Amino acid sequence: MFDDLRDLYQEVIFDHNRNPRNFRVMESPDRKVEGFNPLCGDRLTLYLKMDGDTITDASFQGSGCAISTASVSLMTEIVKGKTEQEAEDLFKKFHEMTTGKDEQMNLEAVGKLAVLAGVREYPARVKCATLAWHTLDAALKNEQKSISTE
Amino acid sequence: MTIALDVNRIRADFPILAEKIRNKPLVYLDNAASCQKPQAVIDSIVHLYSHDYANVHRGVHTLSVRSTDKFEGARAKVKDFINAASEKEIIFVRGATEAINLVAQSYGRTHIQAGDEILITAMEHHSNIVPWQILCQQTGAILKVAPINLQGELIYDEFEKLISDKTRLVSVVHMSNALGTINPVKRIVAAAHAKGIPVLLDGAQAIPHMAVDVQDLDCDFYVFSGHKLYAPSGIGVLYGKQALLEAMPPYQGGGDMIRKVTFEETEYNVLPYKFEAGTPNIADVVGLGAAIDYLNAIGMNNIAAYEAELLDYATTKARQIKGLRIIGEAEHKGAILAFVLDRIHPHDIGTMLDSLGIAVRAGHHCAMPVMDVFKIPATARASFAMYNTKEEIDVLMKGIESLIEVFG
Ligand SMILES: Cc1ncc(COP(=O)(O)O)c(C=O)c1O
Repeated sequence: MFDDLRDLYQEVIFDHNRNPRNFRVMESPDRKVEGFNPLCGDRLTLYLKMDGDTITDASFQGSGCAISTASVSLMTEIVKGKTEQEAEDLFKKFHEMTTGKDEQMNLEAVGKLAVLAGVREYPARVKCATLAWHTLDAALKNEQKSISTE
Repeated sequence: MTIALDVNRIRADFPILAEKIRNKPLVYLDNAASCQKPQAVIDSIVHLYSHDYANVHRGVHTLSVRSTDKFEGARAKVKDFINAASEKEIIFVRGATEAINLVAQSYGRTHIQAGDEILITAMEHHSNIVPWQILCQQTGAILKVAPINLQGELIYDEFEKLISDKTRLVSVVHMSNALGTINPVKRIVAAAHAKGIPVLLDGAQAIPHMAVDVQDLDCDFYVFSGHKLYAPSGIGVLYGKQALLEAMPPYQGGGDMIRKVTFEETEYNVLPYKFEAGTPNIADVVGLGAAIDYLNAIGMNNIAAYEAELLDYATTKARQIKGLRIIGEAEHKGAILAFVLDRIHPHDIGTMLDSLGIAVRAGHHCAMPVMDVFKIPATARASFAMYNTKEEIDVLMKGIESLIEVFG
């Protein structure tokens, strides 16, 4: 019945929505930032543990749609062990992928985040996918405030 | 019960209802956000621009006279539609939002002072919250908010207790866009008037669903937007009792709102022009008049009866879906069905239903405080109009059941 949506709602997304990874409050995090999407009212809190400029642990709390939950869940998995610079580079590539300026983009560069490429066909949902990354960006820049997608 | 409304004939009047969305017939259930336009409204605008258009109130030439006649003719239609006492009480504005801001800035800044109170409810649209917050910042007045219960009804006793010696204005939504609740506005007006307090009613949602009689309600201000009344966007109405409007200063300055200007002094124009500075939205006013003609031919009471049946049908069906919770179950409700599903976010509901050609709204509906009461970030909302059918509600319910299955 929802054949048209197969690119947007891939099985991996349902899986992460049902069982989000790293979904927990972190004891004494080094960074803690709230992300907010005023369009839909979604909120998430992102926690990071740092060792120098390496992200050693990432977790989150909050509620959102399947796209935003899967996006933040996947993100917390993928950034563990990455340096700040590596994470920022990934954010840039993820942003390019979801805003879809380059149709020919090599999706291998973003690894399993590629399951979220489908949002570029749904402009109303792009912010759901990018909220996690904007929040991470703020956390890495050590902005201890609440950020929004607007 | 016999239905005095031929929905198929009505549907044929709305060209957009023949659109296909993602290769499926459009099921348009976002009428509370804005509703679609009948051919008669579209034609009225085309006709004006093709045959009768010029600026209004300005020229002696034929077209200016024709244009002015159509424009003022629409004002007379609005006056009759809401049973105002005089055309002087009908001010054209951009919409409900501008009307409330006008009252806040014009009436509010001259009648409300530090320590005074403005009373609203917890189910207001942001447009009936923020203008008062701005006024409170400007004047030092205090905003009081009457609570609602988990049915989505105003807790009337609490509301009445909040009317104090300091209350200077009560501003309440007639029908809630987030919940569908219809407030006991006559009782509210009477209670406020007993203490000499004027009342503004936000009629943005109520106006397309029921006959509104401002003299019977006895409200002091009534505001609504054309675009929710099958009329164009960009046009709305502020109704105000003449004596109140007379005592209020202009909201904006410019052409049309003056009688005489020198650099020393300006004499303002009479009502309603005092509040209509500059060239107005002529074509959309004419469109609003055409929408009112169209609705009068069907009859607001027939519309209300038909929509009550639709809402009943949708509510009964929705209650049979496991995991669905209706948000807003007031005893007196207009044709709005807001709901949440277990573990499925409203945004996902919106996208999934869209792929089936069904337009619903997902979000906080510009009523974040309402979401806070129910401790949810958002709802999905199906809002019905006179052109919707039970078959469309079946399509909606089947869509909801399928997406629950897909999410598993
Ligand atoms: C209850 C209510 N009040 C006010 C408004 C504001 O109307 P507009 O945006 O047309 O000015 C709306 C529109 O959604 C509404 O539903």
